Amino acid sequence: MMLELLWLVPALPLAGFLILALAGGRLSRAVIAAVGAGSVGVAALSALLVGIGFVQAAPAHTYTQTVWVWWRIGKFQPAVAFYLDPLSLVMMLVVTGVGFFIHLYSVEFMIDDPGYRRFFANMNLFVGCMLTLVLADNLLLLYLGWEGVGLCSYLLIGFWYRVPENGYAARKAFVFTRIGDTALAVGLFLLLTQLGTLHIQDLMAGARQAWPAGSAYPTAAALLLLGGAVGKSAQLPLQTWLPDAMAGPSPVSALIHAATMVTAGVYLIARTHLLFSLAPSVLMLVAAVGALTMLLAGFSGLVQRDIKRVLAYSTISQIGYMFLALGVGAWSAAIFHFMIHAFFKALLFLGVGVVIQALADEHDMFNMGGLRRQLPVTFWTFLIGSGALSAVPLVTAGFYSKDRIIWLSFAAERGGGWLWAAALAGAVLTSMYTFRMVFRVFFGPVRTRVQKRPGGLIKIPLVVLAVMSLVAGFIELPRGLGDLHLFSRFLESALPPPSVAGGREAWEKLFRIISMLASLGGIAAIYLMVQRRPGLTERLARSAAGARLHHFWFSGWGLDVFYDRLLVRPYIRLARFNRSDHIDRVFSGLAWVNRAGHRALSLTQSGLLRAYAMGIAGGAVLIIAMVVFL
Amino acid sequence: MITLPLSQVLILAAALFVLGLAGILVRRNIIFMLISIEIMLNAAGLAFITAGARWQNADGQIMFLFVLAMAAAEVSVGLALIIQFYHRFKTLDADAAGRMRG
Repeated sequence: MMLELLWLVPALPLAGFLILALAGGRLSRAVIAAVGAGSVGVAALSALLVGIGFVQAAPAHTYTQTVWVWWRIGKFQPAVAFYLDPLSLVMMLVVTGVGFFIHLYSVEFMIDDPGYRRFFANMNLFVGCMLTLVLADNLLLLYLGWEGVGLCSYLLIGFWYRVPENGYAARKAFVFTRIGDTALAVGLFLLLTQLGTLHIQDLMAGARQAWPAGSAYPTAAALLLLGGAVGKSAQLPLQTWLPDAMAGPSPVSALIHAATMVTAGVYLIARTHLLFSLAPSVLMLVAAVGALTMLLAGFSGLVQRDIKRVLAYSTISQIGYMFLALGVGAWSAAIFHFMIHAFFKALLFLGVGVVIQALADEHDMFNMGGLRRQLPVTFWTFLIGSGALSAVPLVTAGFYSKDRIIWLSFAAERGGGWLWAAALAGAVLTSMYTFRMVFRVFFGPVRTRVQKRPGGLIKIPLVVLAVMSLVAGFIELPRGLGDLHLFSRFLESALPPPSVAGGREAWEKLFRIISMLASLGGIAAIYLMVQRRPGLTERLARSAAGARLHHFWFSGWGLDVFYDRLLVRPYIRLARFNRSDHIDRVFSGLAWVNRAGHRALSLTQSGLLRAYAMGIAGGAVLIIAMVVFL
Repeated sequence: MITLPLSQVLILAAALFVLGLAGILVRRNIIFMLISIEIMLNAAGLAFITAGARWQNADGQIMFLFVLAMAAAEVSVGLALIIQFYHRFKTLDADAAGRMRG
């Protein structure tokens, strides 16, 4: 019974969007807040009810609700249908749950903004599109949601559109994700023409029957889907839009990074993991992309000044972890990390929002400091979030999710020493840039006065998300530390457990201790560098090699400059060159010849009768001469 | 009956035609232009008559009758136009109509 509420989950935020978008300026702020946050809240409640119904209805592992058939063209009949299995259930709960707390926070956070209604309308549409994406039972509907979140990210990153940079960041995000979207669309065409359907489950079954593992078609299809995922999830080489996407308000960043948008790529790969299993080389690429992105973003995060950009790079690097997990076939570990990441990353962004608002729009960490006593709730929740992000052992949820990935990157059959080393280095980097931020913002001398303190509606989401960042990890405990596998067991029907290579289990405890040390070591190192020896990092950054490296990392490994040189500037040059439209010249030349001929001929129309008679006589003579002599 | 050689008559007709044409081209008085047209028509008629006599065929004379009838009609229309022209421009100079651009 409760399962039938499923359609309400995406429909409610979309309805909220419609109400807010169509209402014009007539609604009071209280009504806007009630509709905006309420619709997502009720959606979260119904998602919870659906979840309870789903668990009770076990062992039925899936549930499909067809709302209507979208269109019928021969055998191709995509439906607006929602597909519920453990994977989409987890995604749905996280999107609505975290999304609701972000909305709740925004009610107070955005109260002074003149675009209050527009903000909530776009946020609701964002959540609605993400839910459509997550629940879609065919790739076409998924693509609809996929494009929808792209649109909403554009609208929300450029929310304060009066500043030109924000508009630029929004366009950049849109264009970069479009590149991936195009690859995804081509992938869908390939799947449709080869297998004749876009229904995900049929597609997976069909692919397995029709294509042998490692053959050309699944490899091409998986590559194209990966292209889409890389664009949306901000992975190498399309990750440069995400740091600029910080132009939007903090709740938007929280929504983009935690609940919606960037995790869509992870979801897409997990959803189509059977297809990816048929293309082992692409899976290897997924792992490599994840590992590389994680490291690059980690180094970049280490040198940023803008507090939100640090978090942006941390998101890129954490999604890199998820890609790494997907690449080695640890599907459920990736989704587990996604869930935990959603909690602590939303928490961190919301905390950063409080800090930025408290310091009157100050983004530079070097102008912050000593906020520990002034914003106690924010400090403690932010500390918990940072702990989870750095995977502080045993107490935080991040440890359980990340440790699983680090371990499986070595132990899984596709894993290996290199991937494990990258994951471990990533863990050290994560601890370092995270706690660099914590020390800079909350410790040390006070540099900017606090002007605004958060109220209740801001504190509640912070506390709830902080609690989740602590306890959510306890549903999946590794062997030797409780040995509890509720999460991966639950997902097992949708995502098969990773195959661990023989003989590597014995190492698990040792590796866990190493990853614990990596996390704590990173924190200790940054403590020594920032707190104990205050001038050290500045001296390092000022030395010749250090300055160059600093600049290089600061600019995100120069990728922006590279793309600017490689693509943007040639394109602009081409546009400049073609400003006078050379191809059009041929056609305007034709028009010119016509007009000139017309002018010449109209000159002969002098109105002089004798001239006309002369013309007639001359013509007659000419024609007769031609007849006679030729 | 004296028979004139065909070529001489045709030369006369051609000379008349060219005279008429030259008259149209050089005269500005519109009445003289009309007269020149008559001369050209008669040159054509002379050529018809001569050809009819040469081949003993009545068609040449019939054609000349047609030309005469056509010339009469043309002159009536032409004179009416000239009267209108004179009313409008108070002159018989054909170049004065050069202002009629459209």
